[in-house]
Amino acid sequence: MSDNTNILVVGVGGQGVMTATEILAEAAIALGHDAKKTEVAGMAQRGGVVSSHLRFGKRVMTPQITPGNADVLLGFESAETMRWQHMLKPGGLTLMNTAHLVPPIVELGLFDYPEDPIGEIRKSGNKVVAFDATSIAQALGDIRLGNTVMIGAIADHLPFGAEVLLSCVLKRFESKGVKMVELNRRAFEAGRAAVGEAEAALA
Amino acid sequence: MAAVMPAPAASRHLMSGNEAVARAVWESGVKVAAAYPGTPSTEMMEVIATYPDLYAEWSVNEKVSLEVAIGAAYAGSRSFCCMKHVGMNVASDALMTLTLTGVIGGLVIAIADDVGLSSSQNEQDSRYWGRFAHVPVLEPADSQEAYEMTKLGFELSEQFQVPVILRMTTRINHVKSLVTVGERVAHVGAGFKKEPGRFVMVPGNAGKRIPLMFKRDVELRAVAETSPLNFIEDGSDKRVGFITSGPAYMHVKESFPNAPVLKLGFSCPVPFEKCRELAAMVEQVVVVEEVEPLIETELKAQGLKVIGKEILPLQGELSPNVLRPAIAKLLGEKVPEMQSTAAMPVFPRPPTMCVACPHLGVYYTLSQVRNLSIAGDIGCYTLGAGHPWNALDTCVSMGASMGVALGMDKGRGESDKDKRIVAVIGDSTFLHMGMQGLLDMIYNKGNVTVLLLDNRAVGMTGGQNNPGNGRDIHDEEAPRVNFAKLVESLGVNPERIHQVNPYELPVLFKTIRDEVKIPEVSVIITDQPCVLVKDYHKLKPFEVIDDLCTGCGNCIDVGCPAIHVTRRGKEVKPSGREVDLAFVRIESSVCTGCGLCVQPCAPKAIVHYAPVSPIHLVSKGCGA
Repeated sequence: MSDNTNILVVGVGGQGVMTATEILAEAAIALGHDAKKTEVAGMAQRGGVVSSHLRFGKRVMTPQITPGNADVLLGFESAETMRWQHMLKPGGLTLMNTAHLVPPIVELGLFDYPEDPIGEIRKSGNKVVAFDATSIAQALGDIRLGNTVMIGAIADHLPFGAEVLLSCVLKRFESKGVKMVELNRRAFEAGRAAVGEAEAALA
Repeated sequence: MAAVMPAPAASRHLMSGNEAVARAVWESGVKVAAAYPGTPSTEMMEVIATYPDLYAEWSVNEKVSLEVAIGAAYAGSRSFCCMKHVGMNVASDALMTLTLTGVIGGLVIAIADDVGLSSSQNEQDSRYWGRFAHVPVLEPADSQEAYEMTKLGFELSEQFQVPVILRMTTRINHVKSLVTVGERVAHVGAGFKKEPGRFVMVPGNAGKRIPLMFKRDVELRAVAETSPLNFIEDGSDKRVGFITSGPAYMHVKESFPNAPVLKLGFSCPVPFEKCRELAAMVEQVVVVEEVEPLIETELKAQGLKVIGKEILPLQGELSPNVLRPAIAKLLGEKVPEMQSTAAMPVFPRPPTMCVACPHLGVYYTLSQVRNLSIAGDIGCYTLGAGHPWNALDTCVSMGASMGVALGMDKGRGESDKDKRIVAVIGDSTFLHMGMQGLLDMIYNKGNVTVLLLDNRAVGMTGGQNNPGNGRDIHDEEAPRVNFAKLVESLGVNPERIHQVNPYELPVLFKTIRDEVKIPEVSVIITDQPCVLVKDYHKLKPFEVIDDLCTGCGNCIDVGCPAIHVTRRGKEVKPSGREVDLAFVRIESSVCTGCGLCVQPCAPKAIVHYAPVSPIHLVSKGCGA
């Protein structure tokens, strides 16, 4: 699997995980890569677990990433980001939203939400950069921008420049008017900046 | 779902297998396409319906969809139908005779096997139908092949006047990869010509068609031997050669890039000579197929020495991390260790019902009524088996709630002789295969209370239209079934038919409790729409007044994902019993004001949301 780039995007049904992965795939294709995107999401739209796999490179055969082979993990939700750590290459990079989505099964008291997901991931030896994508989106005026914030967050951790990715994001909003395009551009840049700042703080 | 409108010729698109098949169906000049929704097949028909110049329909079930396609093919038009694996169980009655009549216009049947059970009640290998019905099976390994094989399928179908099965799996249907598409070629059918000896399958006629079917098998096998869909890729490492089909091919190439491989795209009838050719090139042959050992068993019967399910799993998806260790062991090599961090324990996150789902009221109520056995069915409401309701006891197949409930009633044992039997079924599932079961129940004087949950959508597969909501596949107006009149016509006593708003808990509770006591068939129809379809209208959201919340947790038992616990505590009752307390808040940003949680709240702590400051949005909620 070493010749291809493997990106794993994870979260909860309804968060926009699959759309984000699709935009990443479009960017890879725009640059001439072969690409495959896969997930198992049959019942996931009902608030279940979603993990979306993107593999790109010269030629991609198996669509799914096997454990221990993801280059980057983009996590839309904290506990879900923990759940998929074994998919990363040892010492691999996690970019995660600090948001917690607590399911009914935890509200019922049957299970506990992990106390410190970031700490647990760090303990494992994997690198983790955490940021509050939800608050960033809110500050920009619309929680739905969270998806674009997340895509911006990974922009500087891909084997290609951020510009192509940004244009793939904005293309999706062209039909919705100049204002939406501008908002999404700001959300993208805010996500990018948030990761940059978090990394600088860690260094 | 991305609507794929006519694209410029020879351009490359990122397409799912479903979108690729839809494109090929349109390009092949198909005139009639029919399906019933089912994961992972649903998007094929959703996308087909966006193309011009063809007729598309949501059928009431898979058998009808195949029969519609058969009629069009008899009339000389090209036709298509698709379904999930269990759908073919329903449609197979038609298939098994269709193979005798054959077709005039090309007919391709795409069957989507949910290998790995992401959203199904079982796992099946639909390639069996190729053997059982003596029809060819094509197995794509990615979207490009799904596109090409669909087009080839129509040609093969017309050449041999035989229906062709396109066998897909979730990893083909839902994976997006690059597809080079072409242009549409119109296909004009000749029209139906009477030919009773062929199209009227009475014993005298059918018996004469059977030898023709066997003759066709031989001819098809000869085609498979030379088909470009079956090809050998040589390799330098001759220790193991692979015979493989479908998505398994990709895993073989990923794992063993230097091994000789025979890829079977036209995998039924199996081209035995081609397989012998591969076997002669290598030291040993491993057959890699999902799920059942079909090719493997047939090769062994031919006397070929091959290995397959002795070293590979019979269940679930294959992948490089299944194949690599298995082959290493076979070769006596050290199994490569996986280099990754250990999996971290995290709570399970099963799918939940949506915020304000009308089924929440039904299952909350069922969980409060004692002494019930509840036969369930296939749909979102199967989730009622989970927490916090635990109010669904069986789930077998589409429409099975009716028959299973009647059987539970008639087959009562000592421990359940006083149990009340309830059946729960959704609107679309009832129309798919439940009506007959209800008729049987009435005719045979059952004692069952039927809950018909009419949410005006095929909810679990994404809210498709059906005859119960009065809209067709294009969202245009269509005749709408009146469920109360329908069940009355089937023979239910009009006094035993109730239409209830599932958000009115006291009425629902009283209706269920009263009806289960009456020893005849009752039908309670709940009549509120799925929150994901356009019939649903949001109401003013609620919030919890923290000072009034006593932590009783009654609202949590409704099971709505908008309710969150803020803190927990304990209380010692006057009886000395210690009870757990859970104080709550409502995520007002996702609450749509259904009012279900308000009703069991004794201290009246849940009130309409009155923002004093901007909403603090913590989440988008689930399924929103």
